[in-house]
Amino acid sequence: MKDRDEIAQALSTSGYIADAELATAIALMQRLRRPLLLEGEAGVGKTEVAKALASMHATELIRLQCYEGLDQSSALYEWNYQRQLLAIQAHRGDADSIEDQIFSEKYLLERPLLAAIRRDKPPVLLIDEIDRADDEFEAFLLELLSDFQVSIPELGTIKAASIPHVVLTSNGTRELSDALRRRCLYHYVDYPDVEREARIIMARIDGASASLSLQVARMVEAIRKEELRKVPGVAETLDWAAALVGLDVRDLHDAPETVHETLMCLLKTQEDKVRITREVSERILGKVA
Amino acid sequence: MSCCGAAPGFDEMNEVSRLVSAKLAAFLRTLRDNGFAVGLAEGQDAASLMASGYAARPGLLRSAFKHLFSARKSDWEKFDGIFDAFWLGRRVRSRSLAAGSSKAANNPSLKTMRDGAAQGGHQSATDQVPSADDAPSSQGGEGRIEGASRAENLSEVDFRKLADAEQIAQAHEAAARLARMMRTRLTRRDLARRHGYRLDLRRTIHRNISHGGVPITLVKRQRKDKPLRLIVLLDASGSMSMYTSVFLRFIHGVLDEFREAEAFLFHTRLAHVSDAMKEKDAARALDRLSLLAQGAGGGTKIGESLQTFNRWHAARVIHSRSVVMIVSDGYETGDAALLGREMERLAKRCRRIVWLNPMMAWEGYAPEARGIKAALPYVDLYAPANTLKSLSALEPYLARL
Repeated sequence: MKDRDEIAQALSTSGYIADAELATAIALMQRLRRPLLLEGEAGVGKTEVAKALASMHATELIRLQCYEGLDQSSALYEWNYQRQLLAIQAHRGDADSIEDQIFSEKYLLERPLLAAIRRDKPPVLLIDEIDRADDEFEAFLLELLSDFQVSIPELGTIKAASIPHVVLTSNGTRELSDALRRRCLYHYVDYPDVEREARIIMARIDGASASLSLQVARMVEAIRKEELRKVPGVAETLDWAAALVGLDVRDLHDAPETVHETLMCLLKTQEDKVRITREVSERILGKVA
Repeated sequence: MSCCGAAPGFDEMNEVSRLVSAKLAAFLRTLRDNGFAVGLAEGQDAASLMASGYAARPGLLRSAFKHLFSARKSDWEKFDGIFDAFWLGRRVRSRSLAAGSSKAANNPSLKTMRDGAAQGGHQSATDQVPSADDAPSSQGGEGRIEGASRAENLSEVDFRKLADAEQIAQAHEAAARLARMMRTRLTRRDLARRHGYRLDLRRTIHRNISHGGVPITLVKRQRKDKPLRLIVLLDASGSMSMYTSVFLRFIHGVLDEFREAEAFLFHTRLAHVSDAMKEKDAARALDRLSLLAQGAGGGTKIGESLQTFNRWHAARVIHSRSVVMIVSDGYETGDAALLGREMERLAKRCRRIVWLNPMMAWEGYAPEARGIKAALPYVDLYAPANTLKSLSALEPYLARL
């Protein structure tokens, strides 16, 4: 068993600053061989967890982006019809052998789920925004995640060469089924606290000093407490910090004008922009030490 | 086994593991009482975790169990309190209440539950006739007539004037039946509109490649129809107490097997109760709910509850064919302006807002409470709902959406 501190350490070298709970979750995920379900607001870094996990294991990241109407042929496998047609044309008249031939590995297109179970070294399989997929797909996924085998009628059953590390993310646009929830370990990703957010900024943005990072993190925390329609996530914070560094701001108090003007990195709706007026941004800035 | 320092004798070991597993089983039971969906597999995983050194460090164990047993955000938030109360014996008053009270309340109500089970079984038997799900749609109409005639004597009595237990039970039955009938009829309408297939040329060609391009099997484009979704927000505050139980029963009927429905309770805060409501046995579901319905402190914070709803649940629960049904008297003790703002946000999201106000039918009632005044501009249908008749009058309106 890898210790959770070790895991947190390994994650941070790959650029993800994890809290103790997430590190525990990842330790458990390896121990119990269960998928990890991450829920949380948009922009809190759910997808990043999978990327960091892949770089921690020094393995491939296979990503399946879910959307409404996603079906097996774009998630699991598909026959390469064009090639099959060509083959039929080329070997016209030779019916028996051609049939065996066109339904072979050579004509099979791997999609993410099939790819994930056929690697020798277990990859990280990221199933992003599972809540956007349909119920039917969710049920199918559940079956795959418990058996790790796929049956292709023309080829037979394909067993997993290795069990991938599975990470699922959800934004909560739809209620997931209880069965899927029970199958997974659950972790709720919250907005990071000031100290962790400052560390994230320092790790990600070249040239962000410790004092600036802390100021930015405090400012963002204060802005999140305002009544906003779209609360800025970590990605927005990073954008903003990068903008400030790019504009050569060393201390937020030196450049209140720039601070207000660059707030567009954080505020993504007209309503929010109107709400955070110059006075409001200066008041918030005043509170940030 | 790092939890036992020196190597103990085999029997002693066995004894320890027996104790631990008994304690673990009790913990799982506590979790289930608190609404966690915990299965056998989780229990086994938990045991193996405890055996492998996690048990020695409570903080680590808590975090590990939290990931293992939680399945949603609400679980996630209340887990720490339950864990601390159970394993560490910490008296976290406000939180451990949730753990303790449901248990304490479960024991005395065991009898009611048993009574309820008998009742529930009986009720489902009688209900089979009018609202068999797969039955052809013509039955819907008959069912309705039957329902009305059975509850005739009660249909126009105000809920709060129902006196003896039998009448109340009868009203509950009728409310549940009514809800179920609405469900069948609404669903039927969805089926009837599934016509209008169009040919999907691209897929047809693709599908027929194996026939050398001769279109033998046709693929048709099917319009994916979202069924109407009903979201009920029920005010469970003191001022509504005379009506709450009937509406709970109504909601239970709506949720029961209805494909798309969600229910929330609010008083000073909002609680998502769909899961508790999905309990097949009505009496038991009501038991669980009346616990949730007991508000902490007095007053009704409709605005704040709606804010919570808009912030945390709306995106998940509301889609383009959603009707939000708010059952409340509109006595807002919080900020009425906030209520107005949140109603505006809600109105932008959903198809219709129906506000049911049981007080509306009272003589001399006018919507003058600050809350209802702020909310009314955003309400599409403002209707009384103090009798079974007024409830059933809603159905044609919902069916048109």
